[in-house]
Amino acid sequence: MTAYLLRRVVSGLVTLVVASIVVFSVLEVIPGDPARLMLGMNATDDAVQALRVQMGLDQGFLVRYFHWTGGLLTFDFGKSYTYSVPVGELIAERITVSLPLALIALALSTAIAIPVGVFAAARRGKPADTISMAISQVGVAIPNFWFALLLVYVFAVWLRVVPAGGFPGWEAGIGPSLKALVLPAIALALPQAAILARVSRSALIEVLGEDFIRTARAKGLSREAALWRHALRNAMLPVLTILGLQFAFLLAGTVIIENVFYLPGLGRLVVQAINQRDLIVVESVVMLLVASVILINLLVDMAYAVVDPRLRTRS
Amino acid sequence: MTVLKSIFAAALMALASSTASAARADLVLGIPLEPPHLDPTAGAAAAIDEVLYANVFEGLTRIGSRGEVLPALAESWTISDDGKTYTFKLRTGAKFHDGTDFDASDVKFSLDRARADDSTNAQKGLFAAIDTVEVVDPATLKVTLKNPQGSFLYNLGWGDAVIVAPDSAETNKEKPIGTGPFKFDRWAKGSSITLVKADSYWGEPVALDRAEFRIIPDAAAAVPALLSGDVQALPNYQLGDALPQVESDPRFKVVIGSTEGETILAINNKKPPLDQLKVRQAIAHVIDRKAIIDGASGGYGVPIGSHFSPANEAYIDLTGTYPYDPAKAKELLAEAGFPNGFKTTLKLPPVTYARDGGQIIASELRGIGIDAEIIPVEWADWLKQVFTEKDYDLSIVSHTEPNDIDIYARKDYYFNYDNPAFDKVIEELNLTADEAKRKELYGTAQKILADDAVNGFLFELPKIGIWDAKIEGLWENSPIQANDLTQVRWVD
Repeated sequence: MTAYLLRRVVSGLVTLVVASIVVFSVLEVIPGDPARLMLGMNATDDAVQALRVQMGLDQGFLVRYFHWTGGLLTFDFGKSYTYSVPVGELIAERITVSLPLALIALALSTAIAIPVGVFAAARRGKPADTISMAISQVGVAIPNFWFALLLVYVFAVWLRVVPAGGFPGWEAGIGPSLKALVLPAIALALPQAAILARVSRSALIEVLGEDFIRTARAKGLSREAALWRHALRNAMLPVLTILGLQFAFLLAGTVIIENVFYLPGLGRLVVQAINQRDLIVVESVVMLLVASVILINLLVDMAYAVVDPRLRTRS
Repeated sequence: MTVLKSIFAAALMALASSTASAARADLVLGIPLEPPHLDPTAGAAAAIDEVLYANVFEGLTRIGSRGEVLPALAESWTISDDGKTYTFKLRTGAKFHDGTDFDASDVKFSLDRARADDSTNAQKGLFAAIDTVEVVDPATLKVTLKNPQGSFLYNLGWGDAVIVAPDSAETNKEKPIGTGPFKFDRWAKGSSITLVKADSYWGEPVALDRAEFRIIPDAAAAVPALLSGDVQALPNYQLGDALPQVESDPRFKVVIGSTEGETILAINNKKPPLDQLKVRQAIAHVIDRKAIIDGASGGYGVPIGSHFSPANEAYIDLTGTYPYDPAKAKELLAEAGFPNGFKTTLKLPPVTYARDGGQIIASELRGIGIDAEIIPVEWADWLKQVFTEKDYDLSIVSHTEPNDIDIYARKDYYFNYDNPAFDKVIEELNLTADEAKRKELYGTAQKILADDAVNGFLFELPKIGIWDAKIEGLWENSPIQANDLTQVRWVD
């Protein structure tokens, strides 16, 4: 178990170093000068040059790379070109929106998907299965921005129970903040739930065909008991994998939903930074995401070991 | 009896307090772009001025809602006969929001800072004519120019020329300190910027106690925000398809005004065969302005025939110089030696007017044999390839700086246009302060550009604003990029 985890940690660290090189070089070659972008079409050349010096862009590639990675080691992400505040501060602000949103959406999607998956698998081929899978098919197919706008028009414009968008900030209180996150969380959760429900259904159906289930049934366990006690646990591995992927996506891949609800999340920060060539912000956020994907995978691996005792003893 | 009386009194009081509180004093406005920082003297992003100009920061002069120059921190001024020395009489009693007094030394500091060698002012050119700035006494300032400049007072009204205090200049990006009727309260990054009424203001106090600029990047999200009442004004959005939905709603006012954004088909005047006047004239003849305005700006732009805003007093209508006439265009092209047309490229930045307008223009060009390959580029890429390196044939862009016809006299500007006769007109304009003469010169300048078919002149970008029908005082037009809230009030 320890050796297994150790191997995972080392490979994660190697991935981080490789990612830092790739991210830095790729952003280096995309065209566009952050200083010119900031000062616009009317700026004189010497004003642009003065700003380049101020931003530290006049230094060489390697100098900037080591300066940046050196900073990362001490959690100093540098200073944003456009906002001229520490990048760490910017990211921290956005995480207070993105992380709770991702967690709520994930909890919501799991709470919907697993029961639906189990329900459908237990009634395989019956009308209830067909109907719930048809609904989930629709859930996968509906574009989430469209669904989000639909939610806005119904709950914010028509019923006026929640705001149409925006985020008041946690200092405005837990109530208003959660209220602002309700619709985005639902809009994010439903498509994810649809996918998750389908995965858990097919995983369960596969497990239900295994010999040990037949044995369990033969020794007198009811269908329900065999399903909940033996099948579900064995079907968790693919479900956990998908959950891990979904969480990584929910953390920063949600820029479309953030735009519809004008939430100040991580996704919008990245897109804005790319457009403004605020490279240092892009680099740092991407690295943070790489790190969190690695961490999530590590946690998923650990969860595998919890769910499947064989993984614990094998190594 | 006493009971009755007290009930009556209570009712009266309730009535009185309800009339007193009837006028709302808060406003939430939606803006599509978030400012990168809050210092108008250190960036070109329009969003900076759209939040802060006239509200938080003031200059010596200011630009009014019709584009006129008005006194602001300078109460009045005199100009020497040779047009080189400006003596400003400054407001007394004005204070910065951190409590420090405003005086002539702040003005000297601001102007010297903007034109210094290491200045990062995005419009440093505005101050190029200044030779010296002298403090005569705390309420008098003398500015001497190297040469007379007719637009000097206008230049001082730009957001880039606002007056900042030495103590707070370096921190204005995060915590702006100005002399305006609103002071900065809070910036929730990615979300909103809040201003509150400044009680120490020297001039007429504003009607609003609080104004919040909420950042809503997507027009499709801005409309429901308005409909739900979360936001009460969207002063400038390219709403497109969402507009009819609001237009029919009596709760809102839809106001179509003009901006200073000349939308042009930019032509690289040095790149063969575009360096030939006949080729450019041919291109001008296939520009169907009506079709482009309908297709690229929802039918709301005003057609232009030169690089000048129709809202300006000196505007002359030159849209008839090369009217839409494909047959004539084909003739001209043949005369220039291209009876079968030629291949070229059209680089388009990521804005609707450019991407949609580009399709229409490319299809018109194809009609006379010019095969323009459309290359979509990002803004950063556009600035590099087209603007800085001049590596382009054709492009579409809106020039949003006010009164910027002089860019055609700049050496090495990205149009690669070079006409000594035009340069002379601009030079003369700089030396002229007389309004009638200036108007005439502006007319000549417009005509030269139209005749030379320097660029394809398409339309003036409209300002489409929607706000609650009970709001008064928001600008209809946008002579400079600003959301001036000083006159805004709720009425019943």
